[in-house]
Amino acid sequence: MVDPARLEEACTYLRDEKGFNVLSDIAPTDYLGWGEQGVSGYIGSASGRDLNVPGSQGLARVPDPKPTRFSVSYHLLRVGDDPARLRVQVWLADGEPVASLVPVWPAADWFEREAWDMMGIPFAGHPNLLRILMPEDWEGHPLRKDYPLGGEPVRFSDED
Amino acid sequence: MAVVPSTRIYEGTRIPHPVPTILEVDLEKHSLEDILTVNFGPNHPSTHGVLRLIVDLDGETVVGIRAVIGYLHTGFEKNMEAKSWWKSITYAPRIDYVSFHANELLYVLAIEKLLGIDVPRRATWARMALAELTRIHSHLVWLGTSALEIGAISMFWYAFDDRDSILDLFEMAGGARMHARYVQVGGLAEDLPPAFTAEARKFCDQMPKSVDEYEAILDRQAIWLERTKGIGLLSAEDALALGQSGPMLRASGVNWDLRKNMPYLAYDEVEFDVPVYRNGDVYDRYKVRMDEMRQSVRIVRQCLDRLDEMDGEPWVADDRKVVLPPRHELHTSMESLIHHFKIVTEGFTVPEGEVYVVIESPRGENGCYIVSDGGARPWRVKFRAPSFAALQATATAVQNCLIADLVAVAGSLDPVMGDADR
Repeated sequence: MVDPARLEEACTYLRDEKGFNVLSDIAPTDYLGWGEQGVSGYIGSASGRDLNVPGSQGLARVPDPKPTRFSVSYHLLRVGDDPARLRVQVWLADGEPVASLVPVWPAADWFEREAWDMMGIPFAGHPNLLRILMPEDWEGHPLRKDYPLGGEPVRFSDED
Repeated sequence: MAVVPSTRIYEGTRIPHPVPTILEVDLEKHSLEDILTVNFGPNHPSTHGVLRLIVDLDGETVVGIRAVIGYLHTGFEKNMEAKSWWKSITYAPRIDYVSFHANELLYVLAIEKLLGIDVPRRATWARMALAELTRIHSHLVWLGTSALEIGAISMFWYAFDDRDSILDLFEMAGGARMHARYVQVGGLAEDLPPAFTAEARKFCDQMPKSVDEYEAILDRQAIWLERTKGIGLLSAEDALALGQSGPMLRASGVNWDLRKNMPYLAYDEVEFDVPVYRNGDVYDRYKVRMDEMRQSVRIVRQCLDRLDEMDGEPWVADDRKVVLPPRHELHTSMESLIHHFKIVTEGFTVPEGEVYVVIESPRGENGCYIVSDGGARPWRVKFRAPSFAALQATATAVQNCLIADLVAVAGSLDPVMGDADR
């Protein structure tokens, strides 16, 4: 886990001193609703038994709380004689920017664009932070937990 | 042999600046000279699906390029979050629809790592055999379509003929020719049929001859050599900086294969060589893939020998909280009926945690990052798609090439758009 303000410094150190020469992936995660009722696996409700609520589940187990809403995991790889993998993780609030890693690993370009497009993580200093998978005029960030599944607006459906 | 080579394909770096994936024509040149901007794709027969390239041409020379993807985005990752673990497995093979077994295996390996479940060795070796058959299948599709795109039309028919025998083997094993969902958490969905190893051996006898034939057709053809040699250069340093993997790296001289360098399954127990070529051009990427097919046949043979030895051993873990009980027990055992019901309705739960698992898919480093909150559904699934990474190299590899070579270079990256767009 790394302080977002020092991410670029930490990654430059890992690249130059520790030999992590490949950025394998950038995986952002939205933890909105983590551990609350109604989310994945916690189908039970606090108010009582529902026929659809399996007895073995419900609110019996609550996962450990997370520091902020978003995490961004950078998966690094050392291609060399002593191969190794490392996960660098930063924790961010909604809309909080994090430094772009394009100067450190050019491979970060599209991965960061995808993270912006899908999760709405702003990368400060990215030279071309545009949507990559969704159309340019798309609203919202589809992989956020508050973005509904099937939330695609259907044109003309409510027009007379 | 050193992992990263000391010889250089070209001096310095060719990665465009400031945006590593866009080769830009400066505005002055754009206005003064006769620069033509061409939209190449997304619906063009030679762009491997729906890749769109916006190309700036000076005569026939490519001076600017920008790859646009997303036309095949289907929201796999979002959909998987809404399904229980065992149901979401069906999505994985459809992401990269040319190397389906590899993706299915990857996702299942990630779930198994979180569960901490032991997989019987018969299942491990069967998975390896299928993964290597998938590699041959994927390279055959690549060979057929890429050769077709640069004019070697007959290759397509030969390659797809052999591909069909692999699909027959998949059908025999998993019941479906593609997307079989044969790899299960804990092992396999069913045991391999008794005749599988014999049929697969027939294929293993045929395949090396076919690869020799393909090379005989292409390697002595002046047009093929002219159109592939010295084109689409990518140095080892640039390839690593751009996050390239698999055949892309090995064609640039980097001796890197996850099966050798960071073994998973039982790859440390089989013998095979990693083909490495040094020129970093389209021709070397072709040679790497041809040699990999031969090596995969070698691995499949060793897997089949081991599978014959393990005949009759369990093919799935005996963990009733995760694995469906055998069908015949449902009529006599109430416990089994309950387990079956629980797994099918609410699904099994996976302990809280996050994990990143990587395998060497036919296209290279294929990663899967999953987060579980301890429930029956994944909290987050993220695939590291090798095609996505490979397409980042287009702007570096096509510099100063001709528009006709663009097709050869884009083909040599072996992108599968389903994989890139997910």
